[in-house]
Amino acid sequence: MLLTRDAIKFSWQALTANTTRTFLMLLAMSIGVGSVVILTSLGEGARNYVTAEFSALGTNLVIVIPGRSETSGGNPATMMGVTERDLTINDAVALTRNPDVLRIAPLNIGAAEVSWQGRKREITIQGSSHELLKLRQWKMSQGKFLPKMDLERAKSVCVIGNKVRNEIFGAHSALGQWMRIGDRRYRVIGILDSEGQSLGIDIGDTVIIPVASAQSLFNVPSLFRIFVEVKTRAAIPEVITFIKETLRERHQGVEDVTVITQDAVLATFDRILGALTYAVGGIAAISLAVAGILIMNVMLVTVSQRTSEIGLLKSLGASEQNILMLILIEAVLLSTLGAILGFILGQLGSWAIRSAFPVLPAYAPLWATFASLFVAMLTGVLFSLLPAKKAARLNPVDALMRH
Amino acid sequence: MIKLVNIHRNFQVGEQTVHALNDINLEITDAEYVSIMGPSGSGKSTLLNLLGLLDRPTSGQYFLNNTNVTDLDETEQALMRNKSIGFVFQTFHLVPRLTAAENIELPLVLAGIPEQQRKDRVAAALDSLDLSNRADHKPEQLSGGQRQRVAIARATISRPSVLLADEPTGNLDQKSGLNVIEILEALNHKGITLIMVTHDESLGARSTRSIRMLDGRIESDTVPGK
Repeated sequence: MLLTRDAIKFSWQALTANTTRTFLMLLAMSIGVGSVVILTSLGEGARNYVTAEFSALGTNLVIVIPGRSETSGGNPATMMGVTERDLTINDAVALTRNPDVLRIAPLNIGAAEVSWQGRKREITIQGSSHELLKLRQWKMSQGKFLPKMDLERAKSVCVIGNKVRNEIFGAHSALGQWMRIGDRRYRVIGILDSEGQSLGIDIGDTVIIPVASAQSLFNVPSLFRIFVEVKTRAAIPEVITFIKETLRERHQGVEDVTVITQDAVLATFDRILGALTYAVGGIAAISLAVAGILIMNVMLVTVSQRTSEIGLLKSLGASEQNILMLILIEAVLLSTLGAILGFILGQLGSWAIRSAFPVLPAYAPLWATFASLFVAMLTGVLFSLLPAKKAARLNPVDALMRH
Repeated sequence: MIKLVNIHRNFQVGEQTVHALNDINLEITDAEYVSIMGPSGSGKSTLLNLLGLLDRPTSGQYFLNNTNVTDLDETEQALMRNKSIGFVFQTFHLVPRLTAAENIELPLVLAGIPEQQRKDRVAAALDSLDLSNRADHKPEQLSGGQRQRVAIARATISRPSVLLADEPTGNLDQKSGLNVIEILEALNHKGITLIMVTHDESLGARSTRSIRMLDGRIESDTVPGK
């Protein structure tokens, strides 16, 4: 009986004897596997990026947004032409009355020109409160965050990001300086340490002032958001009901706010981007199937080119099983090599993506890597079965007569 | 020992049935030197393929070394070809990517014989056929005569009892042809049964038994020179 080691050696010699054919098949296979790895790493990277963005908001977070996202009819207030009511500081304070609410932070956002000793910059200004620091899980590098005080009080203090500090103050010490924002002056009491993005705002490139100060600076009575941090995850649904009821009472029976949970948003994005990963993986898998069909074609050509060799092997005592084994080993060697090359190609590709876009954690998911390697080898073998069977059943007389 | 009983082999060509072999009865004892001659289409190649277990008869019985090989399945026949039968072809049929030594080794590889034992036997075969300095040459680097000597070494490496040669000198010049014939005859003297299909009357005359075929039948079965 033919030894496996000898069979592998024989098939290997057949592969290396025809380098063009072998190279083409390896190329097809590695592109197939490589594209699965790269595309799924892109999808997974996007998912991880978005997840990280939302996790940066803090845990057990509920966000209150003025206005309703759903359409509703038959509301008496709407019929009478009453417009939506603003979300006010008092609304925010009212939300602290639930024992399950750990902390709240109102938020106002606007852009204003910031200047100090002639240096000027247009910067995103956030109006908020003392609680925002813990709620967003930020850290201070110098000084203190906004002081704990009545939300209605407009104190002329500000906290600045790293980038603002560097660009406005340069080598000077920023703490204690009076900085101009718009047409008012604020004293710098703290510098944020955190970096990165939060909800699309560069944390380093922002200035935070008390919410009441922001309202008068931008001359808006309403809030942009209210962040509510709930003590436990389990209490979130109750708190949402509490928020809706409280605000409806305060807004004359009109439910004119939208309450979203970080979890819900996160889960939605997670679902969408997870589906995206599967979708691009599936598209890439088509190239694997194409590679499989290519392998079948080339193997069929190989079999007809090597007809007389197969006939000879039969005359020397090779059984149908031996021939089948030799051709299949050739296919397995090819597809395994192709899969390994494709894996390397994919890793290089996703490394290149990570280098080009450092914010995108583009790592191929393990399942996609293993599935593509497995599918590559499986297609290699499956698509070679037909040519191998054809070879095994060749009539040795016909095979030897043909030249 | 070879014994054919009432062998028929029919081919279907379109609507027509061609009787390539028509009721062949034949006995060949061990170490005989048989030549099979006849015009094209007389059935001599079909007979050789059948003797080599590359083809099955439509009906009849074939005994090889007292085994009824017509009853064997494909795998058993493959084993029989490996152990008991050697082939030498007109066009040599060497595997172009393998060296002379690797070509000779093939039957032993297929039989699953351990590597060291294979190497020893191949070296001995190369030596006896004066091919030792050609062991690592590919077929394209060898002359016709050398190629056929490699093919003979391969055909005999498994020490078969029967050696089947199909026009073994057909692609060779006279000198290397004669050399090949002498090698085959020397093997026959050592006890191998040599059955050779040829067109060449002078080659046929060298054998100890000459079978002439016509239209799928044995026309004559004679001892040359008598």
